[in-house]
Amino acid sequence: MTAMAAMAAMAVRFVDVSRHFGEVRAVDGVSLEIADGEFFAMLGPSGSGKTTCLRMLAGFERPTAGRVELHGRDVTDLPPYERDVNTVFQDYALFPHLSVADNVAYGLTIKKVAKPEIRRRVAEALDLVCLPDYGARKPAQLSGGQRQRVALARALINRPRVLLLDEPLGALDLKLRQQMQTELKAIQRQVGITFLFVTHDQEEALAMSDRLAVFNQGRVEQVGTPAEVYERPRTVFVAGFVGTTNLLLGDLAQRLTGTPGPAAIRPERIRLLAPEASAGPGEASATGSIREAVYLGMHTRYTVELDEGGELAVVAQNLDADAADAACAQGRRVRLAWEPSAIRALVG
Amino acid sequence: MLRRAANFLFRHPRWALGLLLGPPLLWLGVVYLGSLAALLVQSFFHVDEFTGQVVRSFSFATYAQLFTPANLDIFRRTTLMAATVTIAAALLSFPLAYYMARYARGRVRSLLYLGVILPLWSSYIVRVYSWKLILAKEGILSWFFSAAGLGRVLDAVLAIPGIGGPSLSFSTLGRFLVFLYIWLPYMILPIQAALERVPKSLLEASADLGAPPGKTFRKVTLPLALPGVIAGSIFTFSLTLGDFIIPGTIGDSSLFIGQAVLRHQGTAGNVPLAAAMTVVPMLIMAAYLAWARRLGAFDAL
Repeated sequence: MTAMAAMAAMAVRFVDVSRHFGEVRAVDGVSLEIADGEFFAMLGPSGSGKTTCLRMLAGFERPTAGRVELHGRDVTDLPPYERDVNTVFQDYALFPHLSVADNVAYGLTIKKVAKPEIRRRVAEALDLVCLPDYGARKPAQLSGGQRQRVALARALINRPRVLLLDEPLGALDLKLRQQMQTELKAIQRQVGITFLFVTHDQEEALAMSDRLAVFNQGRVEQVGTPAEVYERPRTVFVAGFVGTTNLLLGDLAQRLTGTPGPAAIRPERIRLLAPEASAGPGEASATGSIREAVYLGMHTRYTVELDEGGELAVVAQNLDADAADAACAQGRRVRLAWEPSAIRALVG
Repeated sequence: MLRRAANFLFRHPRWALGLLLGPPLLWLGVVYLGSLAALLVQSFFHVDEFTGQVVRSFSFATYAQLFTPANLDIFRRTTLMAATVTIAAALLSFPLAYYMARYARGRVRSLLYLGVILPLWSSYIVRVYSWKLILAKEGILSWFFSAAGLGRVLDAVLAIPGIGGPSLSFSTLGRFLVFLYIWLPYMILPIQAALERVPKSLLEASADLGAPPGKTFRKVTLPLALPGVIAGSIFTFSLTLGDFIIPGTIGDSSLFIGQAVLRHQGTAGNVPLAAAMTVVPMLIMAAYLAWARRLGAFDAL
């Protein structure tokens, strides 16, 4: 793809966008580009500016500075009803006085689409979210998961070029959330439009997105594919927020990396060996004793106190260990081994 | 002792429920519904024309008396006023209630609340009499109109047959203004409460789905506020139907239902007719609520 074509294909562009509420810089100089058809996640803790960014794209907030573009068109000053995006709200925002079918039909009714076509497309949209026979019900008669699907159908029926999702799975329980993750992904592939997804759940962001942006204090810390962000975190914040990590600072960093850091190594990249065993060729290693072992079913999480000072968290799969092993692991002498390349240098 | 009682109630939740609901249900059932039933029964008695005594036997004679032209006039006049006051109150209240629910924050909000509720703290009779002074020929409103060089406008309005009169305090227009003033808080508060319960995200969702503000108002805000409007209108409508102080103090000598009831049961001693007349506003309210229900006013509840 040439540079020009890449520019033209950008579904969403934030150009140096800021949003200040009085003294508070909710969004502070964010620049982002999201390609057409991408499943893009904005990940960050609450108050990091991700939802404000989404709201500026939808038109509910106006940037204090900067420019928001949709498919190359500057929409910074357009009201929400003039924008070709639709939103799935965190609280679903279904109209309580309208039936499910009327909720889904809302956008088409506003556009004065012919009645028979509305009926056909409502049926289609409810089929898409697997609620074909729910048209006559009121939102109050639905479960949380069903409301979420109706909200999705109500947005998708308008065939927006970009769909915005504000923590849409936040209110669902774990099982339902995992099921909806898969379904959302399938629906996105089916309709082929850009999905822009806000979440504070790093697992969700990793599982669903083609690319993600990690937000912190109104700024974007890193943009990349889930693998890039997880395996090559750029900053201390990203390394800590996406997955768990051993943050190496000061003495510990000096000893393990030869530089004062900061650096990070994932707990699952460290191997737990018997103290007398030797590390593999090219591997670095250190000895210590287990201070704490937490049995987590599929794996056990150890905190190891190194003989030379400092602690490292290690996660080991429970291939032939069980809860009883974890229970008596405390105080056991171990050797830790890792590939030096597993340690990533970070930006403060 | 108290602990033992609490333990007993913990083990016997039915007793707890009975203690909780007993007194209010007794009050509602015996005093409230009982008096209504007594009223209904009385309305089927009639007064013997010769002796002036109440005849305690079932008949429709009293109800037949309701259909004299003079009485029908009273019903029509009262209902028309109640409807006009209700509509005006709703139109006047909505913007204020909307502002209070959607925009006003902190101090402004508290002050607005206080402003709406404050009049309710003072005696209703005092307020009606102060309006008598405001509306009098020598009152502040007439003075204002003439000072502003609009004395002719006021005269022209007062010359309109049906709503005018010798002065505002002796006109139907004056009655309307006082009714509107006195009942306005009862309309503002329920509408405000209804609007407050509409989450902002619903308005955003409507805009997001392509509706400009006007459409969002018609398709989302108004339907969701309608139960509040209906609640307020029940107050303004029924209070106007039953009131006898305002029409007795402000306006011409034409009677309202409340005044007629007062006369029949007091001066004239015709309790059956007074009772039958009280049934009329109840029927009007029932018809009104049935109509509101058919309009879908309670769908959002």
